[in-house]
Amino acid sequence: MNTFLQLVVNGLGKGAVFALLALGFVIIFKATEVVNFAHGSLVLFGGYLVVVTRESLGWAGASLVGIVSAGLLALLLERFLLSRSRHADANSLALLTIGVDVIITEEIVRRLGVTLPFLGDAWDAQPFQIGGITLFRTHLVALLVAAVLITAFTLAFKYSNWGVAMRAQAENREAAALMGIRSSRVTATAWLVAGVLAGVAVLFIATQDFSGAGLSRGTHSIALAAFPAAILGGLDSTAGAVVGGLVVGLVEALSAQYVSFDFSKSAVFLVMLVVLVVRPSGLFGTRESTRV
Amino acid sequence: MSDTAVKSPAAAPPTPPAKRDRTRLVKALLWIGLLVVLLAIPLYLDAAWLKAGQYMMIGGVGAIGLTLLVGQAGQLSLAHAFFLLAGATGYTVLSGPTDDERVFGLGLDPALSLAGAVVIAALLGLAFAPVSGRLRGIYLGVASLSLVFLGLYLGQSAETLTGGTSTGRTPEPFSLFGFPFTNEGPEIELMGVPIRQAERLWYLFLLLTVLAFVVARAAVSSRIGRSWRAVRDNEAAASVMGVNVTRAKAGAFAVSSAYAGLAGAMTVLWFDILKPDESEFGTYGINISIAFLAMVIIGGLGSVPGALVGALIVNGLPQVLSLYSADLGWFSGTGDGALTPILVSSFVYGAAIILVVLFEPGGLAAIGRRITPSKKPHLPEEQGK
Repeated sequence: MNTFLQLVVNGLGKGAVFALLALGFVIIFKATEVVNFAHGSLVLFGGYLVVVTRESLGWAGASLVGIVSAGLLALLLERFLLSRSRHADANSLALLTIGVDVIITEEIVRRLGVTLPFLGDAWDAQPFQIGGITLFRTHLVALLVAAVLITAFTLAFKYSNWGVAMRAQAENREAAALMGIRSSRVTATAWLVAGVLAGVAVLFIATQDFSGAGLSRGTHSIALAAFPAAILGGLDSTAGAVVGGLVVGLVEALSAQYVSFDFSKSAVFLVMLVVLVVRPSGLFGTRESTRV
Repeated sequence: MSDTAVKSPAAAPPTPPAKRDRTRLVKALLWIGLLVVLLAIPLYLDAAWLKAGQYMMIGGVGAIGLTLLVGQAGQLSLAHAFFLLAGATGYTVLSGPTDDERVFGLGLDPALSLAGAVVIAALLGLAFAPVSGRLRGIYLGVASLSLVFLGLYLGQSAETLTGGTSTGRTPEPFSLFGFPFTNEGPEIELMGVPIRQAERLWYLFLLLTVLAFVVARAAVSSRIGRSWRAVRDNEAAASVMGVNVTRAKAGAFAVSSAYAGLAGAMTVLWFDILKPDESEFGTYGINISIAFLAMVIIGGLGSVPGALVGALIVNGLPQVLSLYSADLGWFSGTGDGALTPILVSSFVYGAAIILVVLFEPGGLAAIGRRITPSKKPHLPEEQGK
């Protein structure tokens, strides 16, 4: 029972990080209907800047730089590449982000070379015991940070002007534009927010407690696991992203323990497949309807 | 996914029949000329270049399959690497020795095994139909990604089939009616050039690529291709017109998987080893799925010749760069941060994808179409070619 409890806490901690990433996908998708395949490279980029600036700025300063620059990179991508090709449909733009992802990822992996630094200095690898179960600090901090960020996002989404504009745009792009909502500003903010969330997530991913490995190509592939999280919850549902993230975290932790470590990666995707077969647009996604 | 942007100009003046016949003749001659050049290449280039060419042909076969699925039938798939692995394993197991206690084999004739590998991949593609039929767009893309992860896991755990990640297993060399595609067997000389393994495999791969090309062109311009494009453009309209949407989608997935299976069997013959991946970035990993998608996008979604050109760029560049680097002294740096041919070509095809989406959504095929306006643009099947 103790192992199980421990796994659940660990799974939720990982899940919180996946939720942050999945929320990023969902925000971008809601604002622009583009699936951002470059999300993994935003994660790597934020992490890399932490590595570069850590010596001079210390952990806290470097983390801030990493988070901000991941957000800025996302913003630049939107401004300089995606917003320039309005004639292209959302699916082609998704393919464009694949091209971006290949370039950024390869370059950062090249720069990292064989150094694989851990990022979460402030909480990494300091397990402690509560009532017979060992908990990892990374997971607890991740849960806490994700809870705060996701609550803040949800509140902003519901009550702020930006949130209203964003929801209006997600509902009907043309109508929103006609009502005076500046769609380019909404879109740009969506990308910025998604990038910031990716920059936060990498501080947890490249740790001993989370992945057991430092910043590397593996970090990028862990970020890929946020894909099933977003899809499973429904690409256009922010609540779905959170649920999807937690489900993915739990499935990974439990299957790694009870089946095998190798299997845990595919387990996540298998669960997603099952969900998709039953509900083709995810648990909370809007169903597409066709009129004939 | 649809390339409706390349709509034919409705008011195109009808080409006079005599001129049309002439352009058709010119085009046929060009194709024949290309084939003659490809047939003659082994007589002039050495084995290393032939090896590079073979790798491009592997990419070509796989890319043709993916362009049918993504461009013609409008189904985004990231599962191509999985079917590559299926074909590779299929060929190795079917032709493998029966008496090896470490790995399982059926000892079938290599030519039969090659066909078997294609069938196995096609059946696996068909088995995915319940999922692929229900999903579309990005949902399907990510769902198909799960097959790559499944393949990674199966490749690692089914060691009796794949030989395991540490050693892998050697595939049976290909032979046709007892004629080996290795350095053994009868000595053949053509114009003073000994036709050995590299040359023999070149001709085998060329034959397979031509076959793959011809079949795909036939499928595209036939009833099947029309039903795929109808489904791509509008599922509801297609079903109203009497297209069985479920069957068309399943069929496209199976055909595309069969192509990937063939490419996979060619891959093991090329590497001369079947080695499952240790991480998701390997011979059958996500990066390969993305590379195939890159070929298809760069070539122009749905275009069969475009897919070949895309393969030439994406699969050819690292090969050619590494061959040249020895002569030019490039890429001599090693260790941390070294530029490798693979890295450089990743940059190139990443940039190529971006440029194509930004400036020419029809890909290289659209550029080609523009400089040869003689093509009769009023036929509906021209749209996707």
